[in-house]
Amino acid sequence: MINESRRGFMGKAFGAVAAVGAVGSLVAMKRSWDPLPSVMAAGFTTVDMSKLEENKLEIVKWQGKPIFLLKFAADMPAVEKRSVKVGEHYYSVMIGLCTHLGCIPAYSSANKQFKCACHGGEFDAAGIHTFGPPPRPLDIPPFAIKDENTIVLGESSPEYEALIASLSTDNNIA
Amino acid sequence: MAEFEKANSVGEWFDQRLNTSGFWRVMMTEYWIPKNINFLWAMGALLAMLFTLLLVTGIFLLMYYKPDVNMAFDSVNYTIMQEVAYGWIFRNIHGVGASVVFLVIYIHMFTGIYYGSYKKGREMIWLSGMLLFVLFSAEGFSGYMLPWGQMSYWAAYVITEIFGGIPFIGDELVIWIRGNFYVADATLTRFFMLHVLLIPLAILGAIVFHFYTLRFPHVNNEEGEFFDYKEESEKYLAGDKKESKVIAFWPDFLSKDFMVISIFMIFFFYLVFYHNAFAMDPVNFDKADGLKTPAHIYPEWYFLWSYEVLRGFFFDIAGISGKSLGLIAFGFAQAIFFVLPWLDKSPMVKPANQRPVFKYWFWILMADLFVLTIFGKLPPTGINAWVGFYASITFIVLFLALPYLTKLEAKMVGGK
Repeated sequence: MINESRRGFMGKAFGAVAAVGAVGSLVAMKRSWDPLPSVMAAGFTTVDMSKLEENKLEIVKWQGKPIFLLKFAADMPAVEKRSVKVGEHYYSVMIGLCTHLGCIPAYSSANKQFKCACHGGEFDAAGIHTFGPPPRPLDIPPFAIKDENTIVLGESSPEYEALIASLSTDNNIA
Repeated sequence: MAEFEKANSVGEWFDQRLNTSGFWRVMMTEYWIPKNINFLWAMGALLAMLFTLLLVTGIFLLMYYKPDVNMAFDSVNYTIMQEVAYGWIFRNIHGVGASVVFLVIYIHMFTGIYYGSYKKGREMIWLSGMLLFVLFSAEGFSGYMLPWGQMSYWAAYVITEIFGGIPFIGDELVIWIRGNFYVADATLTRFFMLHVLLIPLAILGAIVFHFYTLRFPHVNNEEGEFFDYKEESEKYLAGDKKESKVIAFWPDFLSKDFMVISIFMIFFFYLVFYHNAFAMDPVNFDKADGLKTPAHIYPEWYFLWSYEVLRGFFFDIAGISGKSLGLIAFGFAQAIFFVLPWLDKSPMVKPANQRPVFKYWFWILMADLFVLTIFGKLPPTGINAWVGFYASITFIVLFLALPYLTKLEAKMVGGK
């Protein structure tokens, strides 16, 4: 009997040590796969909006993602809750990744629409999905308007919060 | 320990210490295989052969490949393909082998489904085989990333993005898998690790397990006949090989496998030397560019059917987004083959053509997978999108209907 209880104790002791070891190992393994601090820190892109031409798509890189900047022409009406006013002009500022599976849609100036080659999704100039599998409009990156020609991507601002707030019913927005 | 006699030969020396003769007998000369089988039963040995080829060529590629976003593309397309003596042949064998191994896996799988080799005691054979299919898929996907061409990059992008569809943790999970906000150097290096070490190790273990699962239920035969292996093997050992329903794994069975392997290898190296383009997508000879999606993205042919199920749902149904429906259908397609032994409620273990209901199910499934594969490669516009949608629906309905169809069949054949 005494042997049994000793063996039982040894079994439980080993179980406890093994459990602590297993949890510690899993945490270390999970953390080693996390993005590195340098990756997380690289985050701000400053854009000079004065160089943009009307109805011509400009793509800049932010956190490895393509950001669509589209300056609206006079015949393109601003879209409420989507367009960003910098200086005198309205712009679309959007993450250029199809909200279906992350391909980069191409912009056609003639049709004033984005078309995704992967699965046929289409978006209008304001990034609102009009056809195909995309479940929501193109996402809007955090931005801050610095002066009439400059915005910074990656920094939040009241203008950005206002746009996002209007979408708060959709928890898929990144 | 009993005292060892002095050995009279090298063989005897090892036999005394490792029981090599006993091991050989159990694994080879007295491991019994049914007699009424055909060339389709050689696919297992063929797969073992192909995996060995992939392993050996992979080792040679590994000596020059560089898992770094700035060096990977050139290390493959310049160093290996042009500088290394015979580097091109190792790459072609590896690339063509990866494609052809899936062809043989599918033949192997659908042979099993056709002959009912997944039920009545053979469930573990089927499950371990499906595990191997998943591991080979992961191996194929991770390997496809390594040349760091445009297709490598965008296939990696789209497939890792799929995990974003998992509720609540999706977005963080994608970043965690990639090690960055996008497919980047961290992604390439960790998938390199998976491709050359972790997954091959798991595959080796799973292959050994898959062989072991055959040990007790034994391999199925052309008629789905159940017989007493002990009785039949005794006949064989007594010299009555003609009457016995079994043959020995070695030399009887394997010698025929080697014949099939020989014929296959001639075909295989014909592909390697003269028709390797199907495994070498021209788009992948452009270096990866994270800011430029190729006009048309498609996976390798062996993933096309499940890719088509993924994108088949291109519109919302009942308030559920097309994207979510596609992901659910994709998950269904990946998982459903695992439970096939429990979806088939008919007790019949017979080739499909002898089963009154199952034969239709089997051939409709084959046709549907064929349609999904063809349309998976075509641009998803207009009529193509609708064909994809209905073919995806057909796939799901086929599996949902299988328990009812096979119950009907069980009634028709009266429980035989």
